[in-house]
Amino acid sequence: MDETLHNLLAPYKDKSEALIPILQHVQGELGYLSDEAMLAIAGTTGIPESRVYAVASFYAQFYFTRRGKNQTKVCSGTACHVKGAARILDTFERELGIACGTTSEDYEHTLETVACVGSCALAPVVVVNDEVHGQMESGRVGKIVAGLNTNGG
Amino acid sequence: MNAINTPADLGPMRDYCQAALGRQKVRFLVCAGTGCIAGGSMAVYQELQRLLSERDINVDVELLYEGKESDAGVGTSGCHGFCQMGPLVRVEPTGTFYTRVKAADVPDIITATLDENSEVERLLFKNPDGSRSVTEHDVPFYNRQQRIVLDKCGTINPEDIRDYFAVDGYQALAEILQHLSPMEVIDIVTASGLRGRGGAGFPAGRKWLGCHKAGGSPKYVVCNGDEGDPGAFMDRSVLEGNPLAVIEGMTIAAYSVGARYGYIYVRAEYPLAVVRLQKAIEQAKQYRLLGENIMGVDFDFDLYIFQGAGAFVCGESTALTLSIEGKRGMPRVAPRPRTTEVGLWDKPTLLNNVKTYAFIPDIIRRGADWFKSIGTESSSGTAVFALTGHIANSGLIEVPMGITLREIIYDIGGGIPHGGTFKAVQTGGPSGGCLPASLLDTPIDYDSLDEAGSIMGSGGMVIMDENTCMVDVARYFLQFTEEESCGQCVPCRLGTKQLLEILKDICKGKGRKADLDLLYELSHSVHGGSVCGLGQTAANPVLTTLRYFKDEYEAHIFEKRCPAKVCKDLISFRIDEEKCAGCTLCARACPVSAITGEKKQVHVIDQSICIQCGVCKEKCPTKFSAVECVSPKLVMEVA
Amino acid sequence: MNPVTITIDGLAIPAQEGMTILQAAQANGLYIPNLCNHPDLDPAGLCRVCVVKIDDWKIAISCKQPVKEGMVVSTEDPEVQRVRKNTVELLVANHPMTCLTCERDGNCELQRVARYVGLEPTDLNRYRRSVRSLPMDRSNPFFEIDHAKCILCGICVRTCDEIQNINAIDFVKRGVASLIGTMGNKPIAESRCESCGECVVRCPTAALSPRHRVQPMREVKSICSYCGVGCGIRLGVRGDQIVGVQGDRENPVNGGSLCVKGRFGYHFINHPERLQKPLVRKDGELVEAEWDEALDLIAEKFSQHKGEQFAALASARITNEDNYLIQKFTRAVMGTNTIDHCARL
Repeated sequence: MDETLHNLLAPYKDKSEALIPILQHVQGELGYLSDEAMLAIAGTTGIPESRVYAVASFYAQFYFTRRGKNQTKVCSGTACHVKGAARILDTFERELGIACGTTSEDYEHTLETVACVGSCALAPVVVVNDEVHGQMESGRVGKIVAGLNTNGG
Repeated sequence: MNAINTPADLGPMRDYCQAALGRQKVRFLVCAGTGCIAGGSMAVYQELQRLLSERDINVDVELLYEGKESDAGVGTSGCHGFCQMGPLVRVEPTGTFYTRVKAADVPDIITATLDENSEVERLLFKNPDGSRSVTEHDVPFYNRQQRIVLDKCGTINPEDIRDYFAVDGYQALAEILQHLSPMEVIDIVTASGLRGRGGAGFPAGRKWLGCHKAGGSPKYVVCNGDEGDPGAFMDRSVLEGNPLAVIEGMTIAAYSVGARYGYIYVRAEYPLAVVRLQKAIEQAKQYRLLGENIMGVDFDFDLYIFQGAGAFVCGESTALTLSIEGKRGMPRVAPRPRTTEVGLWDKPTLLNNVKTYAFIPDIIRRGADWFKSIGTESSSGTAVFALTGHIANSGLIEVPMGITLREIIYDIGGGIPHGGTFKAVQTGGPSGGCLPASLLDTPIDYDSLDEAGSIMGSGGMVIMDENTCMVDVARYFLQFTEEESCGQCVPCRLGTKQLLEILKDICKGKGRKADLDLLYELSHSVHGGSVCGLGQTAANPVLTTLRYFKDEYEAHIFEKRCPAKVCKDLISFRIDEEKCAGCTLCARACPVSAITGEKKQVHVIDQSICIQCGVCKEKCPTKFSAVECVSPKLVMEVA
Repeated sequence: MNPVTITIDGLAIPAQEGMTILQAAQANGLYIPNLCNHPDLDPAGLCRVCVVKIDDWKIAISCKQPVKEGMVVSTEDPEVQRVRKNTVELLVANHPMTCLTCERDGNCELQRVARYVGLEPTDLNRYRRSVRSLPMDRSNPFFEIDHAKCILCGICVRTCDEIQNINAIDFVKRGVASLIGTMGNKPIAESRCESCGECVVRCPTAALSPRHRVQPMREVKSICSYCGVGCGIRLGVRGDQIVGVQGDRENPVNGGSLCVKGRFGYHFINHPERLQKPLVRKDGELVEAEWDEALDLIAEKFSQHKGEQFAALASARITNEDNYLIQKFTRAVMGTNTIDHCARL
């Protein structure tokens, strides 16, 4: 086992009840859940590896492939929907050149929707790298993307 | 004073904290709810600190507790609810209420408050009649509300337990530990008529009694903070704004049912709530309000935070407990024992919503009769709603049960903005329904909403104006439920998918005559056949829109027309030759270059290229308003 | 267990406390359609096809609902019929219509319930068809996985867990994207699957089907020859060839279970390279011989040795009786206790 993984998992020996916190911890450190990481979790906790994946793949929070450096999440909650979130998403897809739910080939951007970030009074809302942009208009998308591309280098 | 060693310590603790906070003559409370932070409230907070320090005013709260006086201080508070007008700043003790505050406004606020004893007029809330409201109490958004759960959210610092002590925090727990048996507490909860605020409205007292009586050890108390309804953020605001009220409520519950451990299940999307809860739990432990021998008496209760991992279905009680156990959040299949008997790790478990627990300290302190006197006979107390969508004042509101939808929407919400017309109100999230204008006088309580085909739900309330397509709304909710269905049972997994495919087709103009009957039939079978409450209610958005807005379905199916002009496949944009001034704005904005036309010449949209994004209509200056949206689609002329 | 009487569709039937409605019905020869139930496994209650109405008000699933004295069950209540029919229609609308070429044709539980609820083409045509297009998993040499035909009853998952305790597969992803898979959705051959095939025989459709399956013309009861357990098997025979093996559910030794070798390793029987006659080494070459010649040679050679010069190693692939004879021969005839058995290694 990779040493980073080994150290990460050391406190969880045989703690099968902590599976979700373990998955969160490992993903938090490694960015996503690789096959190697899931096998290591299975080995440490004694949970069959099929079940580790069964649990992880049930929850929207977990990823199994490498993600983009910049993560854009367009809220698709009800308030955002009735206030035109679909158009905002379309614009992001065009500006970033990637489809929703995918990562760009250079691993610069990941674009996805999120069920509801609970900032409904600011609808429509977009969360870019954990920063909440409220009362979005499609006209502002280009500027946000340009900002990411400059900062992202 | 840094611990509560006997329940009797609590009175002196409150006085001590009140005295310390009283040494600060003026306090600027900056809203640090997620909405205001997104609007830039932390920059306002920092600017206040910086400018006060420049004036040599000591803003350190600790010095107040050391007995020093201070001219002014800055604090953060939880959500005030009026998120739309954020960032919000409240000045204590006057209660002056500033809206849409920017860092650049801070010098004026400080000068007005500290030097001139006045207000910054331009930052006060502007009423529809043009007058200004000085305090929250004067703002129409607030003055029809009755705040219990949200009362302290905007007035105390959620990250300092001493602020909570100062507003009678933990008095209720001290009271029961000294004077009441667990059964007596349960009797109070039962007498208060409190019903679970998660949506279904199960009587809280009966649930507590069930768990109290259940055999098995250890027992658990679990707080459901997996607020998954899109368009809802009540629980988030309570957890962020007054986490200790929830913790105190859970501790009282633990005492009543005999639980040793507790979990707060918080959605993954609520990082700030997690931070606030962590701090609150840490401080409660420090003060001997959690852990072993709470307040020095023979009562132990430990509390943990569990962060959800992104699954709406985990709001269902059995799925939630399975999720804590590290499993897939698939609801247990009936017949099964109640969670109060066989819950988390197969032990008796009391599971309530955030707001249900948050009501408890007030109910204990002020009595069951007080709570029962608010609201209606069958639904006592207040209801918290996240009022959003096409509404002038969106935000978080708390109203007595029994108030009508009309009062909420027009008196508190200020009606539909931009001269729009009300079309529907959606409550209860994906399990709820859409009610039309004819039902605006429906009182808000569990039973009336149920009768109308919707549900109270956890508290999302989305207002829709005439530009909302109700078929599209039904499609939206089914898309949500289809994605969030756990997938274990056939009616929910494939039924929501089938309903969604039919609705998508209708929105695309591919609806068939038989679809309306099939939608009814399948909706009832998904209701009757699904394993859990989420599956059983998944078709509610379809059923209510069919019930109240059938004409829109018919327009889509038979006339290929979307009356609200939302469904892209049924609309076209065209430029009115009479009105177009040839300003070229639309042509330049069009992302697919579908618009042609020379400067000062009439522009034309090529319908074969147009993707109906609507940017041209947005860009066309109001004085021309030359772009119009039409439905059904324009028939393309074949050359 | 206390006997109780319940009524199903007006027919009073005896049952026992602790039974489910479905078990009681089956014990009395009554068919209630079901898909995710299997007598070897705990009930899951997921397919919802076995819905019934109890005491004229409550919809329940018969595979999990325990019987109670005096319970009145209806399987033909209009609401039950509608839920059941819609549920089956939903499944069929998502299922490939390739019955004629399907391995399971005529022996498919989905076909059976579809026929029972009376599916009509006009009913089905109302639905939007969507059949999954996931690639077949052909990584396993013995069976194939076709996700398009999977109805997610979970019988395979429960078999792997409850009976085999291997947990090679589980439900992965969620909602309409749910499927039965291995860790990371890798081919089954890369998982910890031991190819026992227990899931394959329990699959109600052809989502899991044995490879190169040929329908037998007759069955022959036998005992598996691989090891000393002696599992009961039913050999499928066509012409003079063995074309398949099934576990014999009536056999007390294995109750129908088999391992990978017993279930799938039957091709050696008709294999062209299988030794049909003994080989005797002549001038350094192994040459086919008759049994009499070979046995005479063995007897001659054995008689030249006695006691500690001799040792015997017995095989798990022969019966207990044969093993007994070998040790008797070794001790009594050859005069040595030096005998061992491969199962002990």
